[in-house]
Amino acid sequence: MVAIVSYGAYVPKYRIKVEEIARVWGRQAKSISAGLNVFEKSVPSIDEDTATIAVEAARKAVEHGGINAKEIGAIYVGSESHPYAVKPTATIVAEAIGATPDLTAADYEFACKAGTAGMQNCIALVNSGMIKYGMAIGVDVAQAAPGDALEYTAAAGGAAFIIGREGIAEINETVSFTTDTPDFWRREGQPYPGHGERFTGEPAYFRHIMSAAKLLMEKVGTKPSDYDYAVFHQPNGKFPVRVAKKLGFDKKQIEDGLLCPIIGNTYSGSTMLGLVAILDIAKPGQRILAVSYGSGAGSDAFDITVTDKIEGYERMKLKEMLNKKEYVDYATYMKFRGEFR
Amino acid sequence: MGVARYWREIPARYNLIGKKCQVCGKIYFPPRSICPTCRRKSIGKMEDYKLSGKGTVESYTIIYTPPPEFSDKVPYAIALIRMDEGCYLTGQIVDCDLEEIHIGMRVKACFRRIQEDGKRGAIYYGYKFRKV
Ligand SMILES: [Zn+2]
Repeated sequence: MVAIVSYGAYVPKYRIKVEEIARVWGRQAKSISAGLNVFEKSVPSIDEDTATIAVEAARKAVEHGGINAKEIGAIYVGSESHPYAVKPTATIVAEAIGATPDLTAADYEFACKAGTAGMQNCIALVNSGMIKYGMAIGVDVAQAAPGDALEYTAAAGGAAFIIGREGIAEINETVSFTTDTPDFWRREGQPYPGHGERFTGEPAYFRHIMSAAKLLMEKVGTKPSDYDYAVFHQPNGKFPVRVAKKLGFDKKQIEDGLLCPIIGNTYSGSTMLGLVAILDIAKPGQRILAVSYGSGAGSDAFDITVTDKIEGYERMKLKEMLNKKEYVDYATYMKFRGEFR
Repeated sequence: MGVARYWREIPARYNLIGKKCQVCGKIYFPPRSICPTCRRKSIGKMEDYKLSGKGTVESYTIIYTPPPEFSDKVPYAIALIRMDEGCYLTGQIVDCDLEEIHIGMRVKACFRRIQEDGKRGAIYYGYKFRKV
């Protein structure tokens, strides 16, 4: 068997309200918030980036799991906002948790699902016996052009999972659904992404998540009602609610993992942070469906069962971290993001 | 700061690895190759020692006129922190209102971006402190 041994997450302390962004661009905050089901988003401080968030999340995972970092044989960092184009974030994380030098490490890029792709790699490496523990991190300081629709949601945060043989939650199965779908992209050297406007919904997000979820449930012989919790990628607060309904999940199953309304879209961090929020409260025997989505496009689906070991595990309590927040205005937000340089 | 110096100091900058004198037990940060108290007796007896990252603000100052590379961060607080292991460190306090900072405040090390060699150069990471 393969399981989540430990996890950690980090979301910067600062927030900006949708209202404040809408004020600057002369838009109706109420209709934007209602349309997206997003009210505020996290903002990285001036000295925070994908590497610092990854390190904070990774350190929590190591600490809470009581793991000897030298036993981590692989680290994968999935992000679309790595601080360097060439120079892996994974090496910075490996050094900062004390896992170097006896390990393999690499950065992954698959829009918002690069972190879950890293999880699948860790699962395979643990299963094959190549490594004892693997660490997969999904993290972003999401980019959005000032004034673009994405600016209301593009947020910062990340989560790290340590995968091993036995742990707090068994990963029963994982499947993926992948196609060439140009719904969202960022060309080399460009600071901001481009997107296919309305095209981002049906043929992209909904098709891939639903196909991966159905494929997984068919493979393990489950139905939506077999799950206590479900988490889907959260580009806004509306899509995951709608996809859950379409698949036959009810609000109760998804509400604990739905973070987008209060922190925005953390891109590669999104699904994994939702899973953290669920693991923070889940009981032994409970079953979780997690489905990520990355533009371009693909979805990774995971069937997870919480084990008895969660009882003796000191959980990080992500929601307590999210409650410690401070609001900034639009100018400060732009300064923090280095937009004035 | 040059890339080579940064690289050499990564264990200290990322993980607060100092030195412990095996003769008198005193902990030093930044790392020292000889204990100033035990002198020759300490040669070969200075071992790597990882600080817990926890400490108390002993004194602090607010920077309004910074070196040019930190000009986008003013005003910011630099504190002298007495680490729980007994040694002293200087570091920036982040994620905290400047009015809230006080002598005796408990802090813990966090991982942040310290500076960068312009837009094309290396990025230097290391420890700063935040309120516990
Ligand atoms: Zn000594």
